[in-house]
Amino acid sequence: MKVVLRTPQKEVRELAGPLTVAEILAELKIDPDGVIVARGSELLTPDARVEDDDEVEIIRAISGGAA
Amino acid sequence: MKCSVCGARAQVEVRRRNQAFCAEHYREWFVGEVRRNIRRHRMIRDGDRLLVAVSGGKDSLVLWDTLERLGYAATGFHIQLGIGDYSRRALQTTRAFAAKRGLELLVVDVRESFGLSVPQLAHATGRAACSGCGLVKRYLMNRVAEEEGFSVVATGHNLDDEAATLLGNVTHWQTDALVRQGPMLEARAGLARRVKPLYSLAEREVAAYAFLAGIAYQHEECPHAVGAKSLLYKDVLGRLETRMPGTKQVFLEQYLKKIQPVFKEGLPGAEVELRRCERCGSVTTSRVCAHCKLWERAYSRARKLGLLPEDARFDPRPRLRKIVPDDNPDHSKE
Repeated sequence: MKVVLRTPQKEVRELAGPLTVAEILAELKIDPDGVIVARGSELLTPDARVEDDDEVEIIRAISGGAA
Repeated sequence: MKCSVCGARAQVEVRRRNQAFCAEHYREWFVGEVRRNIRRHRMIRDGDRLLVAVSGGKDSLVLWDTLERLGYAATGFHIQLGIGDYSRRALQTTRAFAAKRGLELLVVDVRESFGLSVPQLAHATGRAACSGCGLVKRYLMNRVAEEEGFSVVATGHNLDDEAATLLGNVTHWQTDALVRQGPMLEARAGLARRVKPLYSLAEREVAAYAFLAGIAYQHEECPHAVGAKSLLYKDVLGRLETRMPGTKQVFLEQYLKKIQPVFKEGLPGAEVELRRCERCGSVTTSRVCAHCKLWERAYSRARKLGLLPEDARFDPRPRLRKIVPDDNPDHSKE
């Protein structure tokens, strides 16, 4: 599967699927509290299964400055 | 995972509440939480005029979106900090959001108004950019709100911001800041009421709302935020949250409920007397406000550094632009 990281710089990683979202984040050592994970126009919960031919995006949710 | 409301496939899990939602019910839940915060703390009252501080990031644009959905007419206020392309893209994003929804936007360019951009101000004063930036933003929010007749200033601070600030204040025992911290700061003579309607919503929840509501926001981080202490505090709290969902919420809410009243009680005279700055007329606690002092120091150094002409004198009056959008962001009237 193709994993596009926007944290916030764009980076592309390839992982062998299927995996759950929780497994993908653990594999990439990303704290699930700091990101949202999308497949197309949908958001995915940690238990969602991602197939080998899927593409998912990991979007960083935490910013440093005050709003 | 199923939606707690309708049983459809969930898109967002809110672990601290032991709930999950489909896209539609998540947006509904989120807007409902903002409504609840506003009512619970009487943040917005009849006859109020509302100014919302918008940086172009997710928090402020989500706040503006939800206020609009809840029927509050809010004027946006954007500060151009002059941090290169980052600031240019922030204004572009903010203007596009306002134009698409037909919302009024006020803009102040720091360099145009005061002669130096935020990075130049940092260079001239030798202070960290974030320190001068925060001071300039607070000054402009207060001054523009007073001059333009706004009774409330809303900012997009979320649960992670508030919990990180609390952790920073606790680890350094900043008692003055601990007493003031909260979702609402009542108005005082010359100072508008300050409100944070997103204060109970986690940053990840705000990002999820922005995604599902199709809000185009600026993803990139301010270049000066690299290594910011706020990120370290957020990281520590994020790890605790992952292991113990609800930690950030309990930390903040229980502080506000149980500890802050004791602090307020035990610190007599915490309410400092306010007066007008002799230079700019803004509300302050001393003879000359911190903003005027900062800029006077910066001007003195900037003249020596050749950043400003020898005869340059600081003028504290901001130059305000009102942008009334039509349907096309490229054709906004100024």
